[in-house]
Amino acid sequence: MPDPAETPSKRPALLEAQALEAQYGWTRVLHGVHFAVEAGGITTILGANGAGKTTTLRAVCGMVKTRGEIRFEGRRIDGRATEDIVRLGIAHSPEGRGTFVDLSVEENLRLGAYARRDRAGLAEDYARVYRYFPVLEQRHRQQAGTLSGGEQQMLAVARALMSRPRLLLLDEPSLGLAPLVVREIFRIVRAVNREQGVSVLLVEQNASIALDLADHAYLLETGRVVMSGPADELKKDDAIRRSYLGY
Amino acid sequence: MDIFIQQVVSGLATGGIYASLALALVMIYQATDVVNFAQGSMAMFSTYLAWSMLQAGLSYWVAFFATVIIAFVGGVAIERVIIRPVENAPILAIVIVTLGLLVILTSVAGWFYSYIQKPFPSPFPSKPIRIGTVVFGAHDLGAIGVTLVILLLLFLFFRYTTLGLAMRAAAQNPVSSRLCGIRVSWMLGLGWGLAATFGAVAGLMIAPVVFLDPNMMGGIQIYAFAAATVGGFTSPLGAVVGGFLVGITENLVGTYVSVIGTELKLTVALAMIIIVLLVRPSGLFGRTTVRRV
Repeated sequence: MPDPAETPSKRPALLEAQALEAQYGWTRVLHGVHFAVEAGGITTILGANGAGKTTTLRAVCGMVKTRGEIRFEGRRIDGRATEDIVRLGIAHSPEGRGTFVDLSVEENLRLGAYARRDRAGLAEDYARVYRYFPVLEQRHRQQAGTLSGGEQQMLAVARALMSRPRLLLLDEPSLGLAPLVVREIFRIVRAVNREQGVSVLLVEQNASIALDLADHAYLLETGRVVMSGPADELKKDDAIRRSYLGY
Repeated sequence: MDIFIQQVVSGLATGGIYASLALALVMIYQATDVVNFAQGSMAMFSTYLAWSMLQAGLSYWVAFFATVIIAFVGGVAIERVIIRPVENAPILAIVIVTLGLLVILTSVAGWFYSYIQKPFPSPFPSKPIRIGTVVFGAHDLGAIGVTLVILLLLFLFFRYTTLGLAMRAAAQNPVSSRLCGIRVSWMLGLGWGLAATFGAVAGLMIAPVVFLDPNMMGGIQIYAFAAATVGGFTSPLGAVVGGFLVGITENLVGTYVSVIGTELKLTVALAMIIIVLLVRPSGLFGRTTVRRV
């Protein structure tokens, strides 16, 4: 197994974290995490409940107090405000989906594009996300809180895409959804990655589906990266198979 | 019947003022869960500034718009300087801060302008307007007009502008808003600015009726609380409807129930608060969001 700190690609990393620590109050949750997200790729962070997956994504977006270094396109982003980080081209589809429940589907999407300066491309963006998520177009006037769980998850991804990000952070998109819906959402994520060139950092508890999607994977245990490598290799690893894939 | 119509119109006029102030309360409440007890005294202070400008010889509408702009800037400044440092404190602490602000503004106004009541001009003609056999006060009709224009502008702003949408989003879900790149704390500041603005308009419209003094908004603020409670503290539309309802009810009860008259009118507001809280605590338009999980 390669060393976790080593970046496995020849291409430069889009996002890179070094010795990342994060804490809530007095409780430290991440203990020196290293990882990198390749430009154009899909990277996944796996781990059990409480391993620090969500915290890792929150750390990238400046939503939690951190130490260590986070670079996006070579620039330090740690310690900056969330609003500024997302304006650099990072979109975060958060845990719990973050739906604006009282607003309409279309208003949710409009907020996704809020940070962008060019309002002209808005119509084009609606058209693009509606192409990926036709169900959202059918419901564009509906109050977002009345959507089903799967539709709200689609809305969360669509809202993130509205900002035309270069990096998409996805926090457990499979949570609480029927397997068929999960498969549909992952199919769309892959399409977005291929067609739009959006790099993806996916955090998942569902290791088998995440490893199928990702090129590269990290395994997080109690706030540390314990294993990393190409997704195909991790899939074959005995320990991963037994503990996370269940066969 | 003529008296009835006159009283309803005059109720609409004061009701519009309650509605503006109630809307200011609701806006801040929705964004921060805090009831701003200083809303009325902020309005009173703005009205004094307008008075100073009028004394200095400015024309009414110049003073009006200058006051509105100063009130906006002042509202933003109060949020930035006074509320922001206690933003994450328990709600009770913030409420006490707004109470402190009320006391400070009232005392400063009293110290600077004295507690003696001052007449305040109305921009509208003093000659009553006669339609058929019914006589309307021109100021009443003007105040209704001004209120409606403000409400319409506000509705258009929140409904159709991206900034308005961002303010609604920030009030609803600050975490998601930040992830959309919205500067949430500035949105709160803007909210305070807007609230101070229509508070100021309410002050300017009521001052010709109740006369200008440092405590002039005390009663009005209670009516505004009644309006917000009747309509539901979670609903801007409710605050507006509540304002007009309270205004009309107060006037009709004052006219037709001789025991109450003009002296005990304020109890009508308090009675309305209690009845609504007993019967429908969330108010007429209080939200019960339908949510599927």
